[in-house]
Amino acid sequence: MKSDTKSASSSASGSASTSGAKAAGKDAGKASGKAHRAIRAIRAVRTPGGLSVRLDARALTAVVLLLLAALAASVLLIGTGDFPIAAGDVLRTLLGDGNAGQEFIVNELRLPRVLVGLLVGASLGLGGALFQALSRNPLGSPDILGLGQGATAGALVVIVLFSGDAGEVTAGALLGGLATGLAIYLLAWKRGVHGYRLVLVGIGMSAIMTAVNGYLLTKADLFDAARAVVWMTGSLSGSDWDQVTPLAALCVILVPLVLGNARALRMMEMGDDVSYALGVRVERVRMLLMLAAVLLTAAATAAAGPVSFVALTAPQLARRLTRSPGPNLLPSLCMGAALLVTADWVSQRVFGADQMPVGVVTGVLGGVYLLWLLVTERKAGRI
Amino acid sequence: MSAGSNSSGPNNGLNNRRSTVNRLSADNVTLAYDQRVIAEQLSVEIPDNSFTVIVGPNACGKSTLLRALSRMLKPSQGRVLLDGSVIQSMPAKKVARTLGLLPQSSIAPDGITVADLVGRGRYPHQGILRQWSTEDERVVQESMEQTGVAELADRYVDELSGGQRQRVWIAMALAQQTPLLLLDEPTTYLDIQHQIDVLDLCAELHEQQGRTLVAVLHDLNHAARYATHLIALRGGEIIAEGAPNDIVTAELVEEVFGLRCQVIDDPETGTPLVVPAARKARAGGKADVTKVAATEAS
Repeated sequence: MKSDTKSASSSASGSASTSGAKAAGKDAGKASGKAHRAIRAIRAVRTPGGLSVRLDARALTAVVLLLLAALAASVLLIGTGDFPIAAGDVLRTLLGDGNAGQEFIVNELRLPRVLVGLLVGASLGLGGALFQALSRNPLGSPDILGLGQGATAGALVVIVLFSGDAGEVTAGALLGGLATGLAIYLLAWKRGVHGYRLVLVGIGMSAIMTAVNGYLLTKADLFDAARAVVWMTGSLSGSDWDQVTPLAALCVILVPLVLGNARALRMMEMGDDVSYALGVRVERVRMLLMLAAVLLTAAATAAAGPVSFVALTAPQLARRLTRSPGPNLLPSLCMGAALLVTADWVSQRVFGADQMPVGVVTGVLGGVYLLWLLVTERKAGRI
Repeated sequence: MSAGSNSSGPNNGLNNRRSTVNRLSADNVTLAYDQRVIAEQLSVEIPDNSFTVIVGPNACGKSTLLRALSRMLKPSQGRVLLDGSVIQSMPAKKVARTLGLLPQSSIAPDGITVADLVGRGRYPHQGILRQWSTEDERVVQESMEQTGVAELADRYVDELSGGQRQRVWIAMALAQQTPLLLLDEPTTYLDIQHQIDVLDLCAELHEQQGRTLVAVLHDLNHAARYATHLIALRGGEIIAEGAPNDIVTAELVEEVFGLRCQVIDDPETGTPLVVPAARKARAGGKADVTKVAATEAS
């Protein structure tokens, strides 16, 4: 990436206030790798008519690479199972050129599962990025705030108390997630308070919901309990086209809406006062984006169960790739999709088809990441 | 933008004194947070092209007044007028192109560079299809040069000193290109050299570019030295306003701050200089000890 930098990097240490600029020059000094200068290339594409769009070369590259990774993992995932299909055949079949047997396996059995995986991952990645940006805290993500537990409670109520079918469970999860989101908003957000307060309220909500879920499980008979536990781990198995359509529709509506407000959200990183001063209608944008984030998370959870930690990790990993301040919405979305499908592929390769729900893999990976995050955040003095 | 044309206006009656219609004013506002009333029926005019400084003891409502003037706090009664319109009813971005604010608390996002941060000041001039024009680029460069941070353009904001960081935030507010600029305690947390540095910069912006500046300051001597128009607040009421030379007297300081003092001429500038009375003199006098303690604690 160093070739397309706008500015050279200065030596790492001791560049005090006055000297810094001159030291920069053309030569990067010691190639110490600990450059304090920003290594970024932001270009604007302008038309003669006065239109201009800002492009961050690095973020754009990250998005393209992540999309390719998600695609590759999807093809591999479609090829994996009791009847393995080579990647080339998968592609051929997807383009409508396969034999009848492969066509059935790919289009009817495995493609919907992969699409649900991509959509769930994308929704969680975007929802997580929104929450983290709105709370200005990497811990302010749906996993920690108890949205997943809230959605689970909704689903369990349907499973245990009403023995509802799959569609009703989905509706229950959606309602549970929305209700939890509303409760968190009312308790933590009413006067525009962020950060710690949100995280603490979220942890409280999460504990309450976990207790409710535990209670519901003990009340359930064996069959319902088994069904509930599978749902609670977060699994893509059994996904069909009925789950793809509503999730895709929701994404088609919400993603452009969210991305349209991305610039305002970037301003809100600097605090409410600054963003007001810059002409952002803070309360409106916050309400809108929070609602979108809750909907995305709840819908993803309703479709695949609480797949843990994707919403927490995807934005952080995306940010480390783009090295860009700001909410990194699109990279987070792509990262979420790539992460989830890859995790599903890993779980199927390592443990065999449908032996290990994807939520276990993301849980293990995400848990390790969370520990690392807690340690580094502590060092940075933010916890 | 309508203030430039003074041919027609809401009150072009018999004696149309155009100088009396200022761009920014508060008209009988009552300011409150929830139930706690900070000021009642307060009216303030910010003279055009002035460097107005608001002073007063802690909790006198000076920051609250600034928040109201910048439409961050909606008055529970009365209205704040910007160019003749009620500020709350104006489109947010339009206000942001006319009136800038440097708040006390602002967060520099992790890993943001100086140029990026200053560039964010262009937000009210941008749209989804007009994200970064050559004009934006020019103004950002200019703002950084005016505030002396152009050399730091590619540095991370986190690693700057407090004084440099404040200059960067001022540069961001400048990039907004507003004829009116409000600053909420711009010198807090800075050492004396950087306080003067920031105030000099403000004076330059006021004198050379004809911007109207409104600042809340803690230091009365700084206020008297730099302000062209001083507003002294106590308990949500204006006790005095006018040019520092006309209004800063020992009586006023005692009335506003509860501090006994002498006011002498500043040997450097000739502006009023407040010298607090010696401790013994104050203890012997009738000055309320608790009041003095409260003022000193600030």
